Amino acid sequence: MTRGHLIRNILRVAFLCIVASFVLAPMLATVLGGFKTNAEIRTSAFALPESWNWEFYGSIATDPMFWRYLGNSLLISISAVALTLIVGAAAAYVFAQIRFFGSRMLFSYLLLGLMFPFATAILPLFIKVRDVGLLDTYWAVILPQAAFSLSLAILLFRTFFEQLPKELFEAAYIDGCGYVRFFWRFTLPLSAPILATVGVFVFVQSWNNFLLPLVVLNSREVFTWPLGMMQFRGEYVTEWNRTLAFVTLTIVPAIVFFLAAQKYIVAGLTGGAVKG
Amino acid sequence: MATAETRRLTAPDRLRRSLSNGRVSAALILLPPALILFTLFVMLPLGESVWYSFFSWNGYGTPTDYVGLENYQRIAGHSVFHTAVGNTLKIVAISILLQMPLALLLALLIYRKTPTNAVFRLIFFVPYILAEVAAGLIWSFVFDGNYGVTASIAQSLGTESFFILADRDWAFVAVMTVIVWKYFGFHMMIYIAALQSVPEDLIEAARIEGAKRRQIVRYVQIPHIKPAIIVSAFFAIIGALQVFDIIIPLTNGGPSNQTHTIVTYLYTFGLTRLNIGFGSAVGVILFIAAITVAVFYQRFFMQRGQA
Repeated sequence: MTRGHLIRNILRVAFLCIVASFVLAPMLATVLGGFKTNAEIRTSAFALPESWNWEFYGSIATDPMFWRYLGNSLLISISAVALTLIVGAAAAYVFAQIRFFGSRMLFSYLLLGLMFPFATAILPLFIKVRDVGLLDTYWAVILPQAAFSLSLAILLFRTFFEQLPKELFEAAYIDGCGYVRFFWRFTLPLSAPILATVGVFVFVQSWNNFLLPLVVLNSREVFTWPLGMMQFRGEYVTEWNRTLAFVTLTIVPAIVFFLAAQKYIVAGLTGGAVKG
Repeated sequence: MATAETRRLTAPDRLRRSLSNGRVSAALILLPPALILFTLFVMLPLGESVWYSFFSWNGYGTPTDYVGLENYQRIAGHSVFHTAVGNTLKIVAISILLQMPLALLLALLIYRKTPTNAVFRLIFFVPYILAEVAAGLIWSFVFDGNYGVTASIAQSLGTESFFILADRDWAFVAVMTVIVWKYFGFHMMIYIAALQSVPEDLIEAARIEGAKRRQIVRYVQIPHIKPAIIVSAFFAIIGALQVFDIIIPLTNGGPSNQTHTIVTYLYTFGLTRLNIGFGSAVGVILFIAAITVAVFYQRFFMQRGQA
C-alpha cells in the first residue's frame, strides 16, 4: 500500500466516524439518559451515568400500560399485514392468471393508491370510521392501513406471479385443480419471498404509523405505542429520564427486528418505498 | 386406469370448457375483497375530500352549508399555509442540496462489500428504521435547552443555554437537521445497491486507461447510477409532502406557526378545530401536488417500469 493510499484511507475512515458519531450520539444520549437522574442529564448528557439507575427502565417495563400499547400495535400490525397479503395476493393472482374484459382498467384503478399520500383523505376517513361506529377500535386502524397498502402489494405480487412457470398451472389444471385451489395450494407457497418482502414493509409502516391512530383512537386502552409514548411524554414533561427510558425500550425491539429481517427490510423499504 | 385414459383423451375439451367457467367464478371470489376494501377506504374518502371541501362543515350531521371555493380562497390567503408550503420546499431543497450529495459521498466510500463497510452501512441506516415519532422525541431531547443535551452542552461551555426549537428563525433549521439525520441512510442504501451493480470490468478498464478515482466516479459510476439518483430524488420530494410525525414531538408547528408542513397544517387547522370542509380542501391541494409531482416526474425523468 502506498503512502498516499494510506492517508486517503485514514481520511476516509475519519470522515465515516464523524458521520457515524452524528448518527449515534443522540441515540447514545437517549439510552444512557434512561439511567441518569435529571440533574445529571443536565450536566453531562453523553457521559456514562455516575450510578446505573435501573428504576426508570424498571418502572416502565413493569407498567402494564406499556405492554398494552405494544400489544395493541402488534395486533394491529399483524392484522394489517395478514389482510393486505391475503386480499392483495388474491387480486394480483386474478390479474396475473385471468384475462378478462376490463382487467387492465381494474388493475390501474387499484394502483391509484400509489399516487397520493395517506394524509389527503384523513378527514373523510375519520368521518367514515366515526359514522360506522369503528372509532376507538382496532379496525379503525387496520382497515385503512390494509387498504392503503393494497396498491403496492398488488403491483409487486402480480409481477412475481407472472414469473411463476405457466406449465405448473397447466399441469395442475389438467389434474382437475381449479383456479382458487391452485392459488392456495401453489401460488401462495411459491411466493414466500415476495410475501415476506411486502409483509415486512406493511408491518413496519403500520408499526410506526402515527397520524391514523392519532386521528381515530381516543382511549388509552387501544393506543398504539407511538400514541402511548407521546402520552407518556406529556405526563412527564420535565423528567426526561423516564421518557428516554420509554423511547429506548420501544426502539430496541425495532432494531432487533431489523437485524433479524434485514434482507427483507432493505428490499422492501428501498424497493417498496414508492409510498414514502 | 381406464378412467384416467378417458380423462386424458377428453382433456382439451374439458380444459377449454372449465377454463371459461372456473375463470369467471375465481375472479368473482378473489377480486371483490380488494376492490371493496380499496374503494371504501381509499377512493371513496378521496372523493369525499373533494365534496366536503366545498362546504363549511364541523363534521356533524350532513354538510349543508355550501360555500363554493371559499375554503380554497381562505387557504390561499392564509399566511400560515404559505409558511407550510415554504417549509415543504425547504425540505425538498435541503434534501437535494445536502442530503443526497452526502448520501452519495457515503455510498461511494462504503459500497464495496467489506466487514467495516457493512458496519458503517448498518449504523447509517439505523435512523431510518426508527419510527418518526421516536426520532422526533430523541431530538427534542437533544434540542432541549432546559433539561436536555443542549442544556448540558451550554453548561459545559459556560454559556447561556439556547432554545433552538423556540426560535422563530432557527426552529425549522433544527427540524431539517432531524430530517437529514433520519433519511440520508435511506438514500445512501439506494445508491449502494446501484453502485454494486456497476460492472467491475468497466471500472477496471477505466483504471487501466489511466483514469483517476475522481474521474471514475464522475464519468463511470455516477452516470451509471443516474436512474437510482432520479428515483431517490422522487422519494425526497414525495416524502417532503408528507412530513408530519417528526414535527409533532419537535415543535408541534410552533413557535408562532413557523414550522408547519402541509400535513401538520391540515391536522391543526382542519381536524383539531373540526373544520372538516377546510381541512378537506387542504387534503385536495395536497393530492393535486402529489399527482402533479408524480405525473411530471414520470413524463420527464423515469423510463417505463421504474415507477
